[in-house]
Amino acid sequence: MSVDLATVKRVAHLARIAVPEADLPKLQGELNAILGFVEQLNEVDVTGVEPMTSVTPMAMKQREDVVSDGGIAARIVANAPAAEDNYFMVPKVIE
Amino acid sequence: MTDLTRLTLTEARDGLTAKSFSATELAQAHIAAVEQARALNAYVLETPEQALKQAAASDARLAKGEAGPLEGLPLGIKDLFATEGVRTTACSKILGDFVPPYESTVSSQLWRDGAVMLGKLNNDEFAMGSSNETSAFGNVVNPWRRKGSNVGAGAANAIEGNHLVPGGSSGGSASAVAAHLCLAATATDTGGSIRQPAAFTGTVGIKPTYGRCSRWGIVAFASSLDQAGPIGKSVRDCAVMLRSMAGHDPKDTTSVDRAVPDYEKAIGRSVKGMKIGIPKEYRLDGLNPEIDALWQRGIDWLRAAGAEIVEISLPHTKYALPAYYIVAPAEASSNLARYDGVRYGLREQGRDIVEMYEKTRAAGFGAEVKRRIMIGTYVLSAGYYDAYYLRAQKVRTLIKRDFDDAYAAGIDAVLTPATPSAAFGIGEKGSADPVEMYLNDIFTVTVNMAGLPGIAVPAGLDSQGLPLGLQLIGRPFDEETLFALGEVIEQAAGRFPVTERWWA
Repeated sequence: MSVDLATVKRVAHLARIAVPEADLPKLQGELNAILGFVEQLNEVDVTGVEPMTSVTPMAMKQREDVVSDGGIAARIVANAPAAEDNYFMVPKVIE
Repeated sequence: MTDLTRLTLTEARDGLTAKSFSATELAQAHIAAVEQARALNAYVLETPEQALKQAAASDARLAKGEAGPLEGLPLGIKDLFATEGVRTTACSKILGDFVPPYESTVSSQLWRDGAVMLGKLNNDEFAMGSSNETSAFGNVVNPWRRKGSNVGAGAANAIEGNHLVPGGSSGGSASAVAAHLCLAATATDTGGSIRQPAAFTGTVGIKPTYGRCSRWGIVAFASSLDQAGPIGKSVRDCAVMLRSMAGHDPKDTTSVDRAVPDYEKAIGRSVKGMKIGIPKEYRLDGLNPEIDALWQRGIDWLRAAGAEIVEISLPHTKYALPAYYIVAPAEASSNLARYDGVRYGLREQGRDIVEMYEKTRAAGFGAEVKRRIMIGTYVLSAGYYDAYYLRAQKVRTLIKRDFDDAYAAGIDAVLTPATPSAAFGIGEKGSADPVEMYLNDIFTVTVNMAGLPGIAVPAGLDSQGLPLGLQLIGRPFDEETLFALGEVIEQAAGRFPVTERWWA
């Protein structure tokens, strides 16, 4: 399978990465090189094979349902590009 | 006094115990070496004040006879490990000046055991690369040069040859250890990022079994493949490092709740009667004859030590790399969705929130990271999930089954080359076709796909005078066998320290 320019544009938007129109053909070529490389997986007979979910067979552990952390809002927002009163600030989302 | 930076980690440990020098002297020697080696670009942040403070505390503990297993030993930390109060960027512009308010579990265990931090080490952006050429901080230079090359000699000289890459993604870690800029370093390995740079720099690197080390506080790339491990100057050094790095952590549900052995005890253990598998599928068409000869030497050394050599088949080997280039980007696209310019790192302004996300991510991620996020987004998108991601995960089951079958048949470990070539020049690979770069991991990536432990040990030099490594792959949680076998190779091949400090 290979991707056309419209698909590259759609995937860029899904990935929330702005790609200038002029860069699309180069990116298309690179993505198609990778997709061409992975094409060989189609040779493998995977009938009846379970997809891997975990490399080490182990039961998922459960922890106690207790509050173990908190009260550190100032530290959490300390790295934010924009914060006010311990809230993250973003452009207006709802008109 | 002898140059303290030339010691191995365990030699330095023994020197501190014998009071031949102090932890402060050891730290000072390394701080000076780091300052003189900025041309290699191995460190992206130096923390000399912290190192001296920790060293002074170590000297106090040594004096009281309360030394930990890594007491006073100066280390470098890959910039993928969150370090409390110390900038951590994964070498990406998108993390900007992120200063974690917490410490990764692995690094916290190193400080618990008395280690000293020299600084943060360069790596490929988000650990995506095999040459350390994708870092936002620029390329790392390999301290090895081709025979006859005087690159780095300065403008007054006629320059022959060019700088070589140290491999990646843990290029800073490998370069720093090889250039004597730390006694050992932390690293991470998703497809070969510990073992390939170790092989390119004449150092030892081990990726332990998936689940052996906690991933908590390590910047995530592909969560089902990522594992932390050490790069060191010797097999013994790596054994000592791994003991401190490994262990169960309730904060990472994939970390395994089983005791950590004293790996150093495996050094020198007999390998007599062990069955070593030689997978015929690794004998690629067009395999570099020097790599083939190195592999044969490794076989001979292990046989001479009493191991039994058995040809085995791992029939799905050739599909590991293509399956990896679906699974890893898919997981990366999910993991890296968090970098949106809201909670930390870079933010570019936009008319609305979506434009803010798109511009932030366009400005913050480098080209290779963008490519992988987009591949991952595509293979997970509606209508393609089954054809790509699900199929790749089924192939992964088959790859693991190949190893399970070999181990069930009595194989103790598998011996392969670590890389298809020695280190190459900066800018030589992957500029036209990204797949050319990906092929570097052809021998290492199967190990991540199957969650197994793998160690790279330097085993010789090629005709250009550059180091080459062998890889040993073990049973799950049997790192001890890898250390025992790795030691046999090290004893036979010798160590490969860089002798000429041409960059200083």
